[in-house]
Amino acid sequence: MCQSCGCASASVSAPPHPATADGAAAGGPTRTIDVRQAILADNDRIAAHNRAHFDAAEVLVVNLMSSPGAGKTALLEATVGALAQRPGGGPRLAVIEGDLETDNDARRIRARGVPAVQITTGGACHLDATMIHDALDDLDLAALDLLFIENVGNLVCPAGFDLGHHHAVALLATTEGDDKPAKYPVLFRTVDLVLISKADLLPYLDDFSTQRAEAAVRALANEAPVFPTSARDGTGLQGWIDWLVARVAQNREALASRPVDAAAHGHVHGGREGLGHAHRPAARHAGADRP
Amino acid sequence: MHELAVCRSLLAEVAGLAGRNGADAVISITVGIGPLSGVEPGLLRRAFSLVRCGTIAQGAALRFETPPIRVRCRTCAGVSTAAANRLLCAHCGDWRTELISGDELILMSVELECGTDGRNGEGAGAGARAPGAAAEA
Repeated sequence: MCQSCGCASASVSAPPHPATADGAAAGGPTRTIDVRQAILADNDRIAAHNRAHFDAAEVLVVNLMSSPGAGKTALLEATVGALAQRPGGGPRLAVIEGDLETDNDARRIRARGVPAVQITTGGACHLDATMIHDALDDLDLAALDLLFIENVGNLVCPAGFDLGHHHAVALLATTEGDDKPAKYPVLFRTVDLVLISKADLLPYLDDFSTQRAEAAVRALANEAPVFPTSARDGTGLQGWIDWLVARVAQNREALASRPVDAAAHGHVHGGREGLGHAHRPAARHAGADRP
Repeated sequence: MHELAVCRSLLAEVAGLAGRNGADAVISITVGIGPLSGVEPGLLRRAFSLVRCGTIAQGAALRFETPPIRVRCRTCAGVSTAAANRLLCAHCGDWRTELISGDELILMSVELECGTDGRNGEGAGAGARAPGAAAEA
């Protein structure tokens, strides 16, 4: 990625930006400022701050995205059960739920004994990094290994906003059609894993092909694993759990070999006291304050 | 739609730039929006016509640059243009490509009026004027 502006230009041989040169509008009392900065730089900065929080606490964060009703919450319910059966009880979990209204999903997760924070966006179509930062007030990161963010059900808007997560996962329900990746390339191009949910319905849906869905993901130049899952009958859950556990371990190893990005955070939340730090009103600490 | 959030972020940055440069007004804003950015230029323009009201960019024109989708093949190293949902190499057909342009969402440049005379530079050198400019004040 181009370091000057955040665009996808991958090398110095990329074509020059067709921007107006600085001062090109000379001749009147006008000035043209050459900026070349990501428009969402503010969100990206707060996302980096969130990620520094997560890394300081060694918490892996997974952003789950899908259409409404694809089964994100059902998958999480099944995941809670499956992880609890791992030797040693599995990773310690929490969930941040994003919905326009209601705390129904958070209540479903809490009913399984897992902490859940509900963000109600009140109409906003996606979560952003500031909402996640605010939600951290209600989570004890030091007591977690794995945090799921269940984004607002929407295949368009959530794709544009970095939340500070480490991995993005898309659910594609068998009832939706296998051409969803071709219809929503912005989201499916960049996710790290695609789960074909409601796979128990495959015998009844002769027009859904897992192979075609996978081909549509490959056509986006995305090598993410694509596999069927069912929260109802357990199909594919082991693969999903293995993927998660491997990512948690991988993240730990990666963190052990590099210092926490204190610069992005503005200050280091050292030790236990800092990690469980009261992200209370004071929490609008320097690194995350909006200008 | 998220274009409203994107537009607020854009105008916050523009207002900051205008303030730091002591500008009286913003004449034009040029953004680069790739087809794979997830932002629809038409919707951003409509959001802009609302969000700019009462800001230093109230009279500003919004211009778009649309970089093409281009991919570099990891197999044959060829570079080609591609469609948003078909990022295959046009030379060898392989899907293992990397995007080298087309997902930009960038504030490219801002044209500021820094003199003391005339506050509204609307239209000055602007090829594309946002619709609904006269509707609010």
